[in-house]
Amino acid sequence: MRREDIKVLLMRAPGTNCDTETVRAFRDQGVQAHLVHTQRVFRERNLEDYDVLVFPGGFSYGDYVRSGAIWAKECEYRIGRELEAFVDEGKPVIGICNGFQQLVEMGFLPGWEGRSIYPEAALGNSTRGYQNRWIRIKYVGGGNCGIMAGLEPGYILRCPVAHGEGRFIFPPEQREKLLERLYNKDMLVWRYVKADGSFAELDWPENPNGAYHDIAGICNPEGTVMGLMPHPERAYYGYLMPEWTRERQPPQYGDGYPFFKSIVDYVEKKIQA
Amino acid sequence: MKFKAFVYVSLKSGYSDPEGDATAEALRGLGYGVEKVRASKAYQVTFEAKDRAAADELIEEMCKRLLTNPTKDDYRYELSEA
Repeated sequence: MRREDIKVLLMRAPGTNCDTETVRAFRDQGVQAHLVHTQRVFRERNLEDYDVLVFPGGFSYGDYVRSGAIWAKECEYRIGRELEAFVDEGKPVIGICNGFQQLVEMGFLPGWEGRSIYPEAALGNSTRGYQNRWIRIKYVGGGNCGIMAGLEPGYILRCPVAHGEGRFIFPPEQREKLLERLYNKDMLVWRYVKADGSFAELDWPENPNGAYHDIAGICNPEGTVMGLMPHPERAYYGYLMPEWTRERQPPQYGDGYPFFKSIVDYVEKKIQA
Repeated sequence: MKFKAFVYVSLKSGYSDPEGDATAEALRGLGYGVEKVRASKAYQVTFEAKDRAAADELIEEMCKRLLTNPTKDDYRYELSEA
């Protein structure tokens, strides 16, 4: 299959945002990116037509109950089987911000033993309320998360966060054990860091929401489902980066470019193999 | 039989609660000697079940599947015949 035949499905729902930016980033990578309303996907139940599934950022259904909860449950009872089949086939699923919250609420992340009935983690209230700022995250994956394997080890991505509920937490009584499990299975993909590249160690604003162990993004044990709170699509082009006004000629691409390139390169290689 | 459940959801102790903190600050600003506020949510759920035991089971399930995230939330409910 050629790169231009790869089909990416971005589902949108009432309250999602950044979906257009995400579509644009994928299209720039030379693939087909389809932005489809969630109700249409529920009707057509045609996930098998796609190679990558993305849940974008936003505030789906007004964040009623909890961020991502309503859309997650709606997906569960409308296309739960199709979603599970998609994941079981090893096709990549990516959740950005609200999409990450949704994957946790649906039980796909962390997904220790496959999809769980109840959430096994939470993206709780940020310790300082709503946070909308540029942050740095470091790629700390060791290769299990194939869609990110195209990144240089230790790659630092600067991009915005914009959320009120994004503080990654495990149940307090199990958190050390579960963190060890994340490391053992190479499921820890992104951590918040300071300007010098050292981990934020919960310092604000580098860790913007008080996330446990500075966790910004994780994947499932198989490495095919990944969620992260920050927004790489908002840093895809050079003119989106915060320093662009200080440069005579901003670079064509920003820090988010390698993120999307890595996903598409992975799918292209996988399909060819 | 028709049942009504009042479900109260609150953050587990130890979790930061910016909404509660901001509310406490505002109440202090209004001159009240407020020490602490913890925000919580309440749902009033009316539903059918064959008997009280079944209703208990159903509302427990609703709490765990949607109304709370067991990682961070505590909940309790009051169940009565509607």
